[in-house]
Amino acid sequence: MILDIYSFSTLTGAIDKGLNSAMAPWLATLLEFVIVGVVFLIFYALLGLFLVYLERKVCAVIQNRIGPNRVGKWGLLQTIADLIKLLMKELIPIKNADGFLFNLAPFIVIIASFMAIAALPFAKGLQAMDFNIGIFYVMAVSSLGVIGILLAGWSSNSKYSLIGAMRSGAQIISYELSVGLSLLSIVILSGSMQLSTIVQSQADGWWIFKGHILAFISFVIFLIASTAETNRGPFDLAEAESELTAGFHTEYSGIKFAFFFLAEYMNMFIVAAIGATLFLGGWMPLHIGHWQEFNNIMDYIPSVVWFFGKTFFVIYLIMWFKWTFPRLRIDQLLNLEWKYLLPLSLINTVLIAFIALMGWYF
Amino acid sequence: MSKDVIKNIIVKDDEDYIINMGPQHPSTHGVLRLEVCLNGEIVKYVIPHIGYIHRGIEKMCEADTYKQIIHLTDRMDYLSAHMNNEAVCLAVENALQVEVPERVQYIRAILDELNRLASHQLWWSAFGMDLGALTTFFYGLRDREKILAIFEESFGSRLLHSFNTPGGLMHDVHPNFQKHILEFVKYFRKKLPDYKNLLTDNVIFHNRTKGVGVMSPETAIAFGVTGPSGRGSGFACDVRKVAPYGVYDQLDFKQVLYSEGDSFARYQVRMDEMEESLNLLEQLVAKMPSEGDFTAKMKPIIKLPEGEYYERVETARGELGVFIVSKGEKYPYRMRFRSPNFSNLFVLNTLSKGLKIADLVAISGSLDLVLPDIDR
Repeated sequence: MILDIYSFSTLTGAIDKGLNSAMAPWLATLLEFVIVGVVFLIFYALLGLFLVYLERKVCAVIQNRIGPNRVGKWGLLQTIADLIKLLMKELIPIKNADGFLFNLAPFIVIIASFMAIAALPFAKGLQAMDFNIGIFYVMAVSSLGVIGILLAGWSSNSKYSLIGAMRSGAQIISYELSVGLSLLSIVILSGSMQLSTIVQSQADGWWIFKGHILAFISFVIFLIASTAETNRGPFDLAEAESELTAGFHTEYSGIKFAFFFLAEYMNMFIVAAIGATLFLGGWMPLHIGHWQEFNNIMDYIPSVVWFFGKTFFVIYLIMWFKWTFPRLRIDQLLNLEWKYLLPLSLINTVLIAFIALMGWYF
Repeated sequence: MSKDVIKNIIVKDDEDYIINMGPQHPSTHGVLRLEVCLNGEIVKYVIPHIGYIHRGIEKMCEADTYKQIIHLTDRMDYLSAHMNNEAVCLAVENALQVEVPERVQYIRAILDELNRLASHQLWWSAFGMDLGALTTFFYGLRDREKILAIFEESFGSRLLHSFNTPGGLMHDVHPNFQKHILEFVKYFRKKLPDYKNLLTDNVIFHNRTKGVGVMSPETAIAFGVTGPSGRGSGFACDVRKVAPYGVYDQLDFKQVLYSEGDSFARYQVRMDEMEESLNLLEQLVAKMPSEGDFTAKMKPIIKLPEGEYYERVETARGELGVFIVSKGEKYPYRMRFRSPNFSNLFVLNTLSKGLKIADLVAISGSLDLVLPDIDR
């Protein structure tokens, strides 16, 4: 039983009705597109900046430091100051670089993550596009980003960039398999690829609890594989600053570098949001069996708080990995995927299909 | 081995390419340029190019008095500044056959071990960074700060303290010297398990270092690899044991030896040496005379009798030799340092051939190079 007072569909429905009564339907639709686009752009930029700030604070805590604390209250404006600095920096032209591809690459990376964010269910009634193949769409567009990384490495005409890009290509394509299989297990359990249906299916309990130990294994595989897919430590071989200085974005400067940087953080947010939606119930509150009073109290927490709370929990896990683990070597990275994670996730998927068939989940 | 010889041994294919790691590169720890020939990610050969920070210290020594030379030696291996000073002091004192007061010898040994600890802490921090574990840097530097505070209290400087002078010390140590050292020993004993939890026990760290860059004892001896790097290969080369100087023959400590010869063994040697140093510090502080001169009587102008003098000490990175040729003047006629890092660097090609580029970084990190010592 979800309270309707927090549903965003009341708000969005009212805006839709108002616009349609004030102007022609085609104009209203066009205006809605523009509004949604602008809202997403602002959300994307602000969230990216906040994630950079959060990472600096989290790593500061892990490293016994305070972190940014000079610009603004608690250093909150630090990343905005950094962004202004990056905007004003010179874009250094690279000799013998493929100019067109060099300039195109950051946009591909950022567009891929921007497209993926559109399908996420942020709260009850707050989802831009509710495809019936939602999870499939997110997988597809988020893996477009690797093209941008490969192009960046190739067009820079730098050996460090090229090594970084090749590593990244091998890594992302390999780990895509494990991510796909671990998501497939939840698709099997919920019987739908539509993100809103998957969230609805967790109304009486999240899949990580309902799907026994197998769903938990899926979640762990998803966490490892998606950390690798977003090129974050301990799988940050594409950047590997102690080996390749900065990997694929060695030659980028100014705002083009900032695009890669922002896209990395947004990719982290996207995988965390997908993980939260599929395994941790998305915007669904925590419900425990027949504890009616407890469940009612949980319902009073708005769905948007649940969604972001879970997402930031997963983000914190990913950041924790990065700041405490050493980096893997490229052959160890591929061994981990092809020898351990992939067979494990294949077996896991088969077992999940079996328990879904027998109806052995809660 | 000259550059051409190395290139001729390994035939370079068309698919091979050369990248220059350095002189500005995050993991070369200074201005070292490694010419690395790669096939994909596989290292074909590594040629270290040195000399970017050459200051001609050995030549400058010829125009300086022995008391002035001390200040130049600080700038070689800046992380073992005290040991470098001590090497020159010992050479001059032995040449003049000066008896150094016992208190001075104890203070020197204490500073040796403190400096070794500080150096190993910084190495541990940087080694973690090389392998991508960024948090080690802050843990290591946090604890190193305590040692630097002890240095600062007594000498007024933290890194290059030039506290030694031929015949003794510049001045007496701070009254709180012993007390603060014992406090530090107690503090750091508690922190060492953190080091173990954060890096030593990590399975990724084991994968990255075990069996990587295996150096046989023969290779270590052939290249003259000394210090913890040599002892990781089972080469018993601790000068404190094989040719004791100062008060080291009166102390109870063991030479840390590992026989595997891989990066992890070199890592373990340094970790165990940190514990040994803590034990040594406790012994030294207990035995140190609380009263006494801080220097022997020396003439204002030191002139070494004509002849050749060689003295060696164990720095944090290996065996440092000082060779002085004197013509009986107040300046040395010729001065030459046998620096441990120079020998340790050139084993890099042998160790990293056929491994991945990430292993090259791990190996060079495990050798613990300090570039100003190589270039001098």
